[in-house]
Amino acid sequence: MNTEIYNEGPVVHKPVFIDGHSVEIPILKVLQQDGTLYPGAELPEIDQELATKVYKTLAFHRVLDERMVAAQRQGRVSFYIAALGEEATSVGGAAALKDQDMIMAQYREQGALMFRGFTTEQFMNQMFSNEKDLGKGRQMPIHYGSNELNYMTISSPLGTQIPQASGYAYGQKLQGLDAVTICYFGEGAASEGDFHAGLNMAAVHKAPVIFFCRNNGYAISTPSDEQYVGNGIASRGVGYGVKTIRIDGNDILAVMKAVQLAREYALKESAPVMIEAMSYRLGAHSTSDDPSGYRTREEEAKWQAHDPILRMKNWMLAQNWWDEAQESELFEGLRDEVLAAVKVAEKIDKPELQEMVNDVYDVPPKHLQDQLDALAEHIKKYPDAYPVTSGRL
Amino acid sequence: MAQMNLLQAINNALDIAMADNDRALCFGEDVGHFGGVFRATSGLQDKYGKERCFNTPLTEQGIIGFANGLAAQGSVPIAEIQFADYIFPAFDQIVNESAKFRYRSGNEFNVGNLTIRSPYGGGIAGGLYHSQSPEAYFTHTPGLKVVVPRNPYQAKGLLLASIRDDNPVIFFEPKRLYRASTGEVPEEDYQLPLGKADVVSTGDDITLLAWGAQMEIMEKAAEMASADGISCEVIDLRSILPWDVETVANSVMKTGRLVISHEAPVTSGFAGEIAATIQQECFLHLESPIERVCGLDTPYPLAQEKEYIPDHLKVYEAIKRSINY
Repeated sequence: MNTEIYNEGPVVHKPVFIDGHSVEIPILKVLQQDGTLYPGAELPEIDQELATKVYKTLAFHRVLDERMVAAQRQGRVSFYIAALGEEATSVGGAAALKDQDMIMAQYREQGALMFRGFTTEQFMNQMFSNEKDLGKGRQMPIHYGSNELNYMTISSPLGTQIPQASGYAYGQKLQGLDAVTICYFGEGAASEGDFHAGLNMAAVHKAPVIFFCRNNGYAISTPSDEQYVGNGIASRGVGYGVKTIRIDGNDILAVMKAVQLAREYALKESAPVMIEAMSYRLGAHSTSDDPSGYRTREEEAKWQAHDPILRMKNWMLAQNWWDEAQESELFEGLRDEVLAAVKVAEKIDKPELQEMVNDVYDVPPKHLQDQLDALAEHIKKYPDAYPVTSGRL
Repeated sequence: MAQMNLLQAINNALDIAMADNDRALCFGEDVGHFGGVFRATSGLQDKYGKERCFNTPLTEQGIIGFANGLAAQGSVPIAEIQFADYIFPAFDQIVNESAKFRYRSGNEFNVGNLTIRSPYGGGIAGGLYHSQSPEAYFTHTPGLKVVVPRNPYQAKGLLLASIRDDNPVIFFEPKRLYRASTGEVPEEDYQLPLGKADVVSTGDDITLLAWGAQMEIMEKAAEMASADGISCEVIDLRSILPWDVETVANSVMKTGRLVISHEAPVTSGFAGEIAATIQQECFLHLESPIERVCGLDTPYPLAQEKEYIPDHLKVYEAIKRSINY
């Protein structure tokens, strides 16, 4: 029984109510917008090779987002979620981890998957739900996943990955693996019951999981001041007894530093860590959303000045690790690559009809196979009504 | 063979599963040192350590979310929800996550190793929050298996099969029977097949179908009917999802009549699903409408529990209605 608080806490004889804001939570900033470091700031472990890979991933992220939002507007993909303005949180997180660490993301962390090497073609196959999609065309665009890359397939219900990450990390710990789990979620998802359940389970059972909150200011249209009161999401981490840090989420060096240290701590102490990355969702929540309905241009412009990709570019330029010629070559190359991949992916066949019943169970049970057989017969009778699958029966 | 009650059989199955696979874990509220409120996990923490058998905080959604993560990682979680009535806070983790993990990821990931155990059902003066039979809710969700044993022998064999099945399984234990009686249970490791019904006794005039604790009532009603010269075929469904249509349909084609009974409310209960399927499979063989003897469409009452329960007398009346139709 934990009697520490009763026996050893300070005692007063007049009532004292504690305000959340009386717990001061500092914010880690390493890199300034102009590419110079804050005085006394410590760099994460990073060299030119890693920095270049990180920067190229950020560039790919931005190009993919731009192209896919455009493709959605043209009606080529049904839906897209961009991460404009907060790319540093996912790319920086993945860059600070080892390949064997599991990433359990929400839906705006495609940057981590890019960093792990998910190819342009793989992104497209998922978004066009063709037969080469690893998810077999079953989920809406942006629900990526890859077993090979240790990136758990995205689930739409919000926050469900949080207690799952605690369990996943607990399993890694029991096996004595040199691996942790990082769990991404937004500040909106932190209102879900699963957030509280997951943090508590990890804290009590000492699971080596890094809870990474992207506090991007908006949950669809609800601003964070209508989402929670108190001292951000970080204070909740503290409340659950989870070691917590707040960082500038638009500062990729701060992200990398925090995640590197968090990983080290989680493994060594076999315990969870929480990171609250303060950022801003510059774009819409999704292509189904229009932020002009709930916030001002001025507010967005203010945050454009904190562009995380530009900030890292400025640092790369200052290190003489990058130049403008490389910059334009990179972006032009990426734009061509993405466009070409769109054209290929949209022509690839949809999954075969059998995939409708595969993977519901390990083996389709009789009632499911019977239902599929009946459906196939029906489609054969009216092939024109089901053009996607009828030709392949 | 040993004499075991249903709880001892479950404890024995868990013991075997944990000894057999060092990645198997048991956890839930009060499951650790105390052995669970019904003592299903007694002795397991002493034997396998606190890392593999432990108490969790009071968070059903946390327990199942945690279990989903463990299963996705390759561990073999056996999670306990203390009462089936309290499984609903975990509903999202079960129906949207456990059930769909493999499908939505194209089998990149799965939680097939997951087993959820939970005591269900009434007859213990438990009132509306300690008596529910929620199996039908989960049968509406593709991707899950739902299993209910009726005696100690089945409990052990079906639980071991559930733990080793490569799909998430919800295993509802009839708590009224936990200590009600003992039965012969082999001490060694054995499994009973999932998805297969058990013909408990054969008969020619009418088929009686139920599962779990309700089987006792069916057998009692069959005895009463037998005194009237009515020969009942009694079938235990055992696996509610997927369920053994073939065995039930074959029986009904022979007898021409069917009575289905469960404790849960009649509306949208699983008896409705069975009736629909059997009338399709056996329409020309049916001699009378399929009878459902179920709970009322009320919350499970406390003071009037005896009136509420679909007991042997209600089943007996249904048998006679069917025979005399």
